[in-house]
Amino acid sequence: MSKITLLEAVTQALGYELAHDENVVLLGEDIGLNGGVFRATDGLQARFGANRVMDTPLAESMIAGLAIGMAAQGLKPVAEFQFMGFSYPALDNILNHAARLRNRTRGRLHCPAVFRAPYGGGIHAPEHHSESTEAIYAHIPGLQVVIPSSPARAYGLLLAAIRSSDPVLFLEPKRIYRLVKQEVPDNGEALPLEKAFVLREGSDITLISWGASLHETQQAADALAQEGISVEVIDIASIKPLDTETIIRSLNKTGRCVIVHEAAKSGGIGAEIAAQIAEKALLSLLAPIQRVTGYDATMPYFKLEYSYIPSVARIVHAAKLSLEFA
Amino acid sequence: MSVATFSIDYHQYLKPDGTLAQALPTELSPEDLLALYRLMHLLRTFDNRAINLQRVGKLGTYPGTLGQEAIGVAIGYAMKKEDVLVPYYRDSGAQFQRGMPFHRILQYWGGDERGSDCDNAEDFPTCVPIASQSVIATGVATAIQYRKQERAVLTTIGEGGTSEGDFYEALNVAGAWNLPIVFVVNNNQWAISVSREQQTSTQTIAQKAIAGGFSGEQVDGNDVIAVYERIRVALEKARSGGGPTLIEAITYRLCDHTTADDANRYRPKAELEAAWLKEPLLRLRAYLNAHQAWDDIKEEQLLQECRQSVDKEVDTYLNVKPAPVTDIVDYMYARWPHNLKDQRDTLLQFGETHHE
Ligand SMILES: Cc1ncc(C[n+]2csc(CCOP(=O)(O)OP(=O)(O)O)c2C)c(N)n1
Repeated sequence: MSKITLLEAVTQALGYELAHDENVVLLGEDIGLNGGVFRATDGLQARFGANRVMDTPLAESMIAGLAIGMAAQGLKPVAEFQFMGFSYPALDNILNHAARLRNRTRGRLHCPAVFRAPYGGGIHAPEHHSESTEAIYAHIPGLQVVIPSSPARAYGLLLAAIRSSDPVLFLEPKRIYRLVKQEVPDNGEALPLEKAFVLREGSDITLISWGASLHETQQAADALAQEGISVEVIDIASIKPLDTETIIRSLNKTGRCVIVHEAAKSGGIGAEIAAQIAEKALLSLLAPIQRVTGYDATMPYFKLEYSYIPSVARIVHAAKLSLEFA
Repeated sequence: MSVATFSIDYHQYLKPDGTLAQALPTELSPEDLLALYRLMHLLRTFDNRAINLQRVGKLGTYPGTLGQEAIGVAIGYAMKKEDVLVPYYRDSGAQFQRGMPFHRILQYWGGDERGSDCDNAEDFPTCVPIASQSVIATGVATAIQYRKQERAVLTTIGEGGTSEGDFYEALNVAGAWNLPIVFVVNNNQWAISVSREQQTSTQTIAQKAIAGGFSGEQVDGNDVIAVYERIRVALEKARSGGGPTLIEAITYRLCDHTTADDANRYRPKAELEAAWLKEPLLRLRAYLNAHQAWDDIKEEQLLQECRQSVDKEVDTYLNVKPAPVTDIVDYMYARWPHNLKDQRDTLLQFGETHHE
C-alpha cells in the first residue's frame, strides 16, 4: 500500500463515501474539473459526475443554504468553503439553521451536512487565507467541530463526519496538508467523533493541541524527552464536543499541562479546556495551566506569520515553567 | 401584459483591429491616448515582473492583470483624486495611479501590511473577501451623500463575485438611496475555474443593476477608450446627484487566476488563443500607428522606460526593512489594551525568532 498525505486522505475518504452512499454529494467553488484549489477533490468529478461533484456559483451563504436544504431532504452534502476566511457569509445559515434544525423541529428535520474548509497559517498565503477561528464555530450549540492532524485521522474522521446525522464543521490544517505521508487503508472504517487521541503517553506533563500546531507540539515533546521528561501528547481532534474524559484522565496522571493552539488566545478553545480542567481536575494540578497560543491580533500577513504561530521554543519554555513550578 | 422592460447598451470605440467603431469622445486628446497606452504598457511590465518575483520566491500569491489592463488603467485615469476607490484584488492598474506605487503593491502581495498604505488616504486597501467591498463602498457613498460633497465612489468586482449576496445588497441600497457610486465589473470570463456561463444564466451582468433600480451597461473592456469614457460619464453622473451606474467591462483573463493557479486544467486552448487577438494594447497600438502617432522606435523606447521604472520599484521593494514583530499587535487598537500587556511581552520575547 502506498503512503498518502493528509490532503490525499481527504480525497480518499470523499471518494469512498461517494462510491458507497448515493446520497453523498459534494458542492463548492472550483471543486469539479479543477479539483479544488488544494486538489482535495481531484478527479472526483470525473469519477462520479458533475451532478454529484458540483461546481457552485461563487456565494458562500448560498453554499451553506444549499447544503442545509439538501440535507433536510436526506442527502448527505459535503460542502467546501475554499478557505475558512471565506466561510463567514455562511455563518448565518450555519448558526441559525444547520445547527438548529433538529432542535427547532423536535427531530422532524435534521441536518447531516459537512462543511469542509482549509484553515490556519504557514503557507505564505495572502490576507484572509490563514486564520484559525474554530472557536467562533465551536461556540455554536448544535454544531460539531472536527480537526484532523494526520492522514489516518483525516480519513477516519471525515468518514465519521459524513455519516454523522448532525452538521459537522471539518477544518483541514492546510500547513500539514502535504507534510507527512502515512499508510491509510481505504477500508471505509470511520474513527469515533467526540474522541481525543493520545498520541504519546507520559507521566510528567501533558501537552494538548490540535491541527497543525501538533507538529510543533510533538517536536517540543521530543525536545523535552531528550531531557528525560516523560511527556504525554493529546490531539483534541474533536473541538466540539470536547473529550473531557481523556483530558482529565491525563491531568490526573501528570498534574501539569500546556495547551497549544494557533488561534488567538482570548476566548479560544484553550480557555474552554482550561475551564474544564479547573472544574474537574483542580486538585490534581501541580502547576498553573499554561497556554501557548496565537496573539489577540489578526493573523499577520505572511512575512510575520511565523512570529505569530506558536513555536517549539515557546512550547518548551511554557512546559518548563510548568515543570519548575514547585 | 408587460410591466417592465429594459435594454442594455454596449459601448465600443476601438475595434480589435484598431479601427474606430464610432468617433472618439471629445474629452480625450491625442496626448491622453498616448498616456493611456503608456500606462497599459507600464502595468503589463509590472505584472510580468511581479509574476517572475513570485516564481523565484520573492513574492507571495499574485493575481495578474494580463489582458485586463484597460480596466484598471481607465479607472485610475478617470477618477479624480477626491473620489474614493474601493478596489478588489485585481486592481493594480488603478491603484498605482492612485498613490499606491508598485513597490507598495508588491509589499502587500509580499506579505507585509505596510503595502496597504496609499497616498490617496481615503482609498480602501485591496479587498480579498469577495463582494464585501461592494457593501462597504455603499457606506462610503452614503457618507459622501450625507455631507453633500461632489465626489464619487468607484468599486470593482469580478463577474464571479456578482453571484454573492453582498453584491446584490449593495446594488439594492445604491439604487434605493440614489448613491454616488459606480460599480465596475471586470468580466474576464472566468472565476478561477468556473466560466461565465456556469456562473450565471443572466444574459448580461450589466442588467443586474436593473433589479437595483438603476442603469447598467456593457463596455468593451479591452477598449481603454470605451472603458475610460463610460467610467468618466458614470462618475460625473454620480458626483452631480444622478445616482449609481453599473459598468460591465467585457474582457478576458489571459493569465492564470493567480500565480497559485494553473488555468490549463480548465481553460480551452482555442478560447485563449482567440482572446489574444482582442487584447487591449494591440488595438490601441494599431490605432496610434495608423494615425502616425506611433512607430517601432517609440515602442522600443517606451518598453525600455517601463522596464526602468519597474526595476526601480522592484529595487525599492526588495530593500524594504522588515517590520518589527510588535507591528503584529501595535495597530490592532488605538492603544494596545493594558490587560493584554503580557501577550505583547511574550511577542517581544519570542517573536523575533522565526521558526519556519
Ligand atoms: C468570499 C470569497 N469567497 C471565495 C474566495 C476565493 N476566491 C478568490 S478569487 C475567486 C474567483 C473570483 O472570480 P471573479 O469574481 O470572476 O474575479 P476574478 O478573480 O476573475 O477577477 C475565488 C472563488 C474569496 N476570495 N472570497
